[in-house]
Amino acid sequence: MREFAYERASGVSAAVAAAEQGATFLGGGTNLVDLMKLGVAKPERLVDVSRLPADIEELPDGGLRIGAAVRNNDLAADPRVRLTYPALSHALLAGASGQLRNLATTGGNLLQRTRCHYFMVSTLPCNKRAPGSGCPAREGIHDNHAILGWSEACVATHPSDMSVALAALDATVVTHARRIPLVDLHRLPGSEPERDTILEPGELIVAVELPPAHGRSTYRKVRDRASFAFALVSVAAVLRVEDGAVADVAVALGGVAHKPWRASRLESELRGGPATRASYEAAADAELAEARPLRDNAYKVEIAKRAIATVLEELS
Amino acid sequence: MSVAERTLIGAPVDRLEGREKVTGAAKYAYEYEAANVVHVVGVAATVPSGRVVRVDAESALKLPGVVAVLWHATAPRLAGDTDPELAIMQSDRVSYRGQWIAAVAAETYAAASAAGRALRIDYEEAEHDSVLTADHPALYTPETVNPGFPSETSQGDVDAALAQADVVVDETYRTPTEHNNAMEPHATLAVWDGDDTLTVYDSNQGVRPVRQALASAFSLDPENVRVISPHVGGGFGSKGTPRPNVILAAMAAKVVGRPAKVAVTRQQMFSVTGYRTPTIQRVRLGATRDGRLTAIAHDVVEQTSMLKEFAEQTAVVTRMLYAAPNRRTSHKLARLNVPTPSWMRAPGECPGAYALESAMDELARALDIDPIELRIRNEPELDPESGNRFSTRNLVGCLREGAERFGWKEPPSRDGRWLVGTGVAASTYPARRQPSQAIARADADGSFTIGIAAADIGTGARTVIAQIAADTLEVELERVHVELGDSRLPPAMIAGGSMGTSSWGAAVVKACRGLRPRLGGELPVEVFADTEEDAGGVEREPVSSHGFGAQFVEVGVDSDTGEVRVSRVLGVFACGRIMNAKTARSQFIGGITMGLGMALLEETLLDGRFGAFVNHDLAGYHVAVNADVPAIEVHWLDEFDEHVNPMGAKGIGEIGIVGTAAAVANAIHDATGIRVRELPITPAKLASLI
Repeated sequence: MREFAYERASGVSAAVAAAEQGATFLGGGTNLVDLMKLGVAKPERLVDVSRLPADIEELPDGGLRIGAAVRNNDLAADPRVRLTYPALSHALLAGASGQLRNLATTGGNLLQRTRCHYFMVSTLPCNKRAPGSGCPAREGIHDNHAILGWSEACVATHPSDMSVALAALDATVVTHARRIPLVDLHRLPGSEPERDTILEPGELIVAVELPPAHGRSTYRKVRDRASFAFALVSVAAVLRVEDGAVADVAVALGGVAHKPWRASRLESELRGGPATRASYEAAADAELAEARPLRDNAYKVEIAKRAIATVLEELS
Repeated sequence: MSVAERTLIGAPVDRLEGREKVTGAAKYAYEYEAANVVHVVGVAATVPSGRVVRVDAESALKLPGVVAVLWHATAPRLAGDTDPELAIMQSDRVSYRGQWIAAVAAETYAAASAAGRALRIDYEEAEHDSVLTADHPALYTPETVNPGFPSETSQGDVDAALAQADVVVDETYRTPTEHNNAMEPHATLAVWDGDDTLTVYDSNQGVRPVRQALASAFSLDPENVRVISPHVGGGFGSKGTPRPNVILAAMAAKVVGRPAKVAVTRQQMFSVTGYRTPTIQRVRLGATRDGRLTAIAHDVVEQTSMLKEFAEQTAVVTRMLYAAPNRRTSHKLARLNVPTPSWMRAPGECPGAYALESAMDELARALDIDPIELRIRNEPELDPESGNRFSTRNLVGCLREGAERFGWKEPPSRDGRWLVGTGVAASTYPARRQPSQAIARADADGSFTIGIAAADIGTGARTVIAQIAADTLEVELERVHVELGDSRLPPAMIAGGSMGTSSWGAAVVKACRGLRPRLGGELPVEVFADTEEDAGGVEREPVSSHGFGAQFVEVGVDSDTGEVRVSRVLGVFACGRIMNAKTARSQFIGGITMGLGMALLEETLLDGRFGAFVNHDLAGYHVAVNADVPAIEVHWLDEFDEHVNPMGAKGIGEIGIVGTAAAVANAIHDATGIRVRELPITPAKLASLI
């Protein structure tokens, strides 16, 4: 059998030291262990960081610091999160199943791999799994693949719901070495689809920080199955309306790209403008103008536009 | 006396083994243990067509824990007439991707699995073709369709009738590849005693076919093969025939000289345990302005594998459901480089009724006649195909009762974003039985034991058999013990074709009736019964026996996204006497639930370039989960059908799924005005049309 070494990290520095010697971080294991069983991930050494401190602390500026090892269900149920950042709570609860959320960690959720079918079938080509082998999804089965930011090498999407909410909430990812705006953590596939994020080898996520909330927020997940299904399209939105005008807005889309897609064009169109369905629709059109749907997923463009407008209308 | 006069039958009796199951004490095939067991993993072909040139067994044998590697050059020869699906590693030919073309036996499952994955196999790849199309050049007409119906039927002049009809519906409906996903994947433990005696613990829907397959493949006396399967975690048809795991376990155990266990993984179930063929169905209906059908044509295109022909009887339901003077049905198959399709809950009736019952809804719309009224107007007096009378036929009763209870028909409405609509469809499933044998024994302690090689695949068969026996013997249920799932017991029908209870019950009633007059004598006393000669029920005249039903569905369709959520389902069924109100309700609800999945979710995705199913686990292949399924209301009409069996019961395992997908599709059309003629109906298909 394929053997691997397992150790439990005693602290951040020990975990980083292990990773510098080639170990792979293990969080809740809800994705990595599956990939190991499928022969997609083949780590020789695992360092378990799921027992590192898992606190949710208020920051002096009124924000929140979420330890990387905080479990998804604990985070979703935290009263401060539910009250102040409902988009995050909704997104977490829209993901996976109760059992998986009990195990999955905040840091691990950020680093989920794509659920592209080809990535997970180790006997088929996939540039993300086996760089240079090709991308069968681009001309193959891609109903639930990217419409934005994809490359010839990869049309996969990032599967996390939580990350989409964090992108709209202007979260910052804190690693043992630096601070990274969440929207910069994940990358577009370009010619290196095997790299999901900008993290350096051995770089450990220790926390996620949220700035004080600056509007009402929510999360809408569109999916085939009512539970335990990845998003076809999801929308995380934060909105503050003053005197009928958009004072502040942040929108991120899931299920449409290799990373949580922050809709900056939409935001700049809306800011200061009227808080009406018509303007939301126009801004969504502008954001999705750059969409390049594949043969079988143009439906996502339509769903995204309508879901954005409906979500913003609900928050108005 | 008639069994009907007693009262235990029909009562909502709890499953006798319920406590064993919920406490984990009930043993399933893989949980049986044997000393010195080896774990065996089937190794799947990674090409869809060609030859296995060489398998690097030497390298694999050097891996830790590996005991043996088998492939066609080293595997023992099976009898020449072994079923092609079961004749594993008997030739170098690869017929489909995922076919087991080698196997590894090792000390642990993990070692076998890892070695299997690492096994180097050289292929000579050949051209392949895995994609079914309506005009595939390889299409041919099979001699018969499952289980032996004619492929084609024709009465009257359909073309002339269509040309003269006031209204014609001519549409093509498609269903995708669908896979059974029972909770318990297939598994087998095989233990040899010498060269000629074999015991297997296996997960199946019938021990007899497994015994027969093993006996003939290994040229054994069937009496020396024992198959033990007391508890089975679902099958839906995929365990109705022996699968390659049975042969592999016995083969590996023979080669290694130790007991051998095979667990089929969830992923492997998508290749080696059968599936429902995709279908392309053209349905043509011709009708008069007042809604009388003048012509029905149902032409089906579907697939089978290169290994073996399996022809789903998709259009058979159209032969008997409605009256029309001119009628035609046909089936065409293409042999492709795909796994062999097989039974999946209501093979034939289920995909066929989706097409026919969608077309009937389209006809009702075209005529502006209520869809229930349209069906009532086309209710046949006699079986339209055979001319026989129906033993009992209460389709109209089901439709009327359902309409009353469901509140048929509210107009479509809008509730915020949600477009709300309702739909109805008819269901039917044949009521048949097969010869079975049973033994009934009375012991001196006042207990009774029923022995029959029946299968309880989670349906409650054990409980229902006990109820039948207790009523026939006129004793308390607690005094009756049931032994089943063991090939040493009297041979009986499998749990399939909705024939289990019907077939077993008839034999149990016969044995118990034989036992009763002997209870006054010396105990223990045993009576054996065989229904071989009386199979077919009351033989006064030829009759057509079918169960009937109607499903009513309310859906909400999100007008932004095309997401469909089912908000209400009600089913009414007329299936003879209901034997156990609790387990029967579960069967109907289970069938309907599977139908909701078929309508909205289930689809195995084939990449034709690789001949590969790319989604093959419960995350990628969507079956309905609790959040998709509202409270399902089920009712049945009082019926006693003396023609099928002495209990008056018809089968109920499959009819629940039959009309459900059409009812959902019809409700979606009602809500949105959009007719999607290709299952499943997903946001991807609906969103851009709303």
